[in-house]
Amino acid sequence: MRYLKFLLVGIFFGIILVKSEAVSWYRIYEMFRFQSFHMYGIIGTAIATGVLFLQISKKGYIKSIKGADIFVPKKDRGLIRYIVGGIIFGFGWALIGACPGPMYILLGTGVLSMLIVIAAALLGTFIYGVLKDKLPH
Amino acid sequence: MEYVLNPWPWYITGPLIALVMALLLYFGKTFGMSSNLRTMCAIGGGGKFSDFFKFNWKEQVWNLIVVLGAIIGGFIATQYLSNDAITNLNPETISELQQMGFKGAGETLVPNEIFDLETLNSKSLILLIIGGLLVGFGTRYAGGCTSGHAITGLSSLQKPSLIAVIGFFIGGLIMTNLLLPLIFN
Repeated sequence: MRYLKFLLVGIFFGIILVKSEAVSWYRIYEMFRFQSFHMYGIIGTAIATGVLFLQISKKGYIKSIKGADIFVPKKDRGLIRYIVGGIIFGFGWALIGACPGPMYILLGTGVLSMLIVIAAALLGTFIYGVLKDKLPH
Repeated sequence: MEYVLNPWPWYITGPLIALVMALLLYFGKTFGMSSNLRTMCAIGGGGKFSDFFKFNWKEQVWNLIVVLGAIIGGFIATQYLSNDAITNLNPETISELQQMGFKGAGETLVPNEIFDLETLNSKSLILLIIGGLLVGFGTRYAGGCTSGHAITGLSSLQKPSLIAVIGFFIGGLIMTNLLLPLIFN
């Protein structure tokens, strides 16, 4: 029962990403060709709303369900991992038109070949885990 | 009801995505979808091969439940909350894609030329596998994906996330503008 709220958030997330067409391969292509404002509008307003939410919560007006401060984990310092890892992810994002959220959502819309992508993504994550200590971060 | 069945505009969905992040933070968690790949590797016994997969994955089950919900959400949205509206792409995008061999751009969410299982050939299979490998490896190396860096990281004004998102776009621009035309010519 304590997991029900997460199931509902996931369902909500899946619905809005389909209805916004953010899971569309074509929308991602269009974005990287600068031929439409649509995806920039989605990401831009999401960030703007997110900034607003976090600034308000910082002032103490919004607390978590347990009454604690809203906490966003800090990313580690670094440069190479973010730029190189980011570029590698960007290649994959533009190729299959889906990031890790939409991969699952598209599976739900009936794109069964996403199972191949998800399996390969698991392998990719596994390879990173094995090579982690040998990579520059 | 038409408003629900038609595609939703960006200025509605952007803030709703922020609401997903806000809800997860309110529940004391974070918005990060790629972490689930690491969790699944840990459940599958990845800890035998790398310490990176040695952690108490039971604390991450909530995030797998979010994934399960996302799959159900995708099903509900296409089965019950959609009409036959096709994606309203830029006509230039459609004609470009036609020249690359993609028929019916925008009629489905993903191009059949890559994703259709019935006409799957060695080329499309290789593309699906390479794409998945790049996403799985890249997100973990960069420590996050669109949800963790672009939405959560930028909303909390973190510099590492800005660097990562710049990386996302460098990679995406190279793939779409330079590599895709070579792969599909």
